[in-house]
Amino acid sequence: MAERRDVVDQATWVDRFSSLPAARRSLILLSPAFALIGAFGLAPLGLILVYSFLVPGTYGGVVWELSFGAYIQFLFERDIFDGTLTFHLSYLQIGARSVILAGLAVVGCLLIGFPTAYFIATRPPGLRNVLIFLVTVPFWTNLLVRTFSMMLILRDQGPLNSILMGIGIAEKPLSLLYTDFAIGLGLLYSFLPFMVLPIYASLERIDFRLVEAAYDLYANRWRVLQRILIPLSLPGIAGGCFLVFIPSLSSFLAPDLLGGGKHLMIGNLIAQQFGTARNWPFGAAAAMILLSLVLIALMIYARQVARRERNVA
Amino acid sequence: MLRRLLGATAAILLAASLGTPRASAEGELNFYTWADYTSPELIEKFEAETGITVNIDTFASNEDLLAKMMAGATGYDIIVPGDYLVEILIKEDLLQRVEPNQLANFKNVEPRWIDVYWDPGRNYSIPWMWGTTSFNVNTDVFDGDIHTLAVLFDPPDVLKGRINMFQDSVEVINMALRYLGFPRCNSNPDEMRQVQDLLLRQKEWVRSYSMDPKELIVSGEVDATMNWDGYAIRTRAEKPSVAFAHPMEGYTGWMDNLAVPKGAENVENAMIFMDFMMVPENIALESNYVGVNGGIMGAAQYFDPELATAPELNAPQGTPDPEFVPACEDDVVRLYDQVWTNVMK
Repeated sequence: MAERRDVVDQATWVDRFSSLPAARRSLILLSPAFALIGAFGLAPLGLILVYSFLVPGTYGGVVWELSFGAYIQFLFERDIFDGTLTFHLSYLQIGARSVILAGLAVVGCLLIGFPTAYFIATRPPGLRNVLIFLVTVPFWTNLLVRTFSMMLILRDQGPLNSILMGIGIAEKPLSLLYTDFAIGLGLLYSFLPFMVLPIYASLERIDFRLVEAAYDLYANRWRVLQRILIPLSLPGIAGGCFLVFIPSLSSFLAPDLLGGGKHLMIGNLIAQQFGTARNWPFGAAAAMILLSLVLIALMIYARQVARRERNVA
Repeated sequence: MLRRLLGATAAILLAASLGTPRASAEGELNFYTWADYTSPELIEKFEAETGITVNIDTFASNEDLLAKMMAGATGYDIIVPGDYLVEILIKEDLLQRVEPNQLANFKNVEPRWIDVYWDPGRNYSIPWMWGTTSFNVNTDVFDGDIHTLAVLFDPPDVLKGRINMFQDSVEVINMALRYLGFPRCNSNPDEMRQVQDLLLRQKEWVRSYSMDPKELIVSGEVDATMNWDGYAIRTRAEKPSVAFAHPMEGYTGWMDNLAVPKGAENVENAMIFMDFMMVPENIALESNYVGVNGGIMGAAQYFDPELATAPELNAPQGTPDPEFVPACEDDVVRLYDQVWTNVMK
């Protein structure tokens, strides 16, 4: 008896829900996601924004006084000698290094990721699923563990150097670890799947009869790539580039472990401000600046897409 | 009705808590300490003797602990702050004044560790482990005199490009200040400019800035690395050619302490733990595990023989005493950070 009442209750609940207007319905269904993003995404972000305009406390923490000091510090330094405010490049240099390394990671991932994705997309469907599955295998292991393994491989007495010396390419161990090369390789390796997967998703949907048609019309391979494959997979390429660029930009594991901590990236700078430097507002300001850079890049991209679509139309 | 029921429950709970005799105090102790820093044997012994269950949680640096405490982390009954951090935590009103100096076993504390700058008279904390921060050299590669900071700042050719420094601005800057003969917590612009120049010149010869000295020197990635004395013993166990320096220009001493944070729920158990840790054979278990000295008299007779005679813990005659450096003023911290950023950019 009780069971039946449950069923009836449930039925009326479902009925009531489905009789709501579509907009209300989707709002209700989306509310858990909104709550989650609001509570754990926007609220902490707001806190960081507020903190970036405060005065650092003596031993970390903040003093509740309005100040633009954190943002001024990013561009100017009070001279060690005479206390005058001068424009300085340290933080910009750290920012530039971050952008360059992240950019190189994107280029590297694209050069390796696109052919990989193309190869997978042109296999028979069964094999395709197996290959995509294999691409995700690295995610089964924590990034920290993978980065440590990378250190073991690259070190002087590591397997890579043994192989290079074994086949006679190098006479003595090459210093691979603790260089910008190691940082770049680390970023490339960590984020490559983020490039492969979205490009694959675009390529898979392409009607390959277009490629055949192009060949029939005497297009060479380069032309096919340029006029058909790249334009049709552009959303995937752009998505992949952002997915690689953004985490690379703020990465601090790779520069710390693989770069030997010799060259700060902006992620390390931020971490340092909340630790030894005990300057939370500056850390928050640096985080906001990083965030703005990413948002600007995304907006420029969105604009380009909109313009292209208008042109096509 | 509800109110009366609540009242009765509260009365019962109160009676129960008052009625529990102290000797058989049970329950939990939430211990927040450094990673890989707690003797399992010690904790087993404590649990067996007192019936208290110890829950261990770990942090990686004094700064991590401070940030957590400032952010209002609660739920810990005992924390293990380093020397200068105790001073900060007291100033910031984050520790309870539990007066461990009134405990029965406090008489065992070595007199030199009672009137320390970070907690004079020990009203908040007791000694845990103490040691020194200096550096290791692989004597297979360099067999000259290692007891000078010149090994790191004006290295012989064989060590150039083979050096690891800590990724710790304060420790590295203190080392540079000692080498140049300038005072610690330095806000003198001229002297700090020289420190910056020294560190920039040294950077050419530095392979990495990392807090993982043992791994680096044992694997042969570097042949000289900053290291702590206790960790240097473990390093030597894996690579006998590695020696620990007691530089004549001076070196840093550090002491970790046990203290009770504000908001601790099991203060009584925390006090039982503190009293337990001032018994010589108990603290010796921890010393044997970590490989450094505690601050309790009579503990050395319970040390493993290798530990008692370790050259890392026994500085040669004529070397200066380790220097315990307080936390520096705000302006100095900013200046240090600026210098460090300029070196690392």
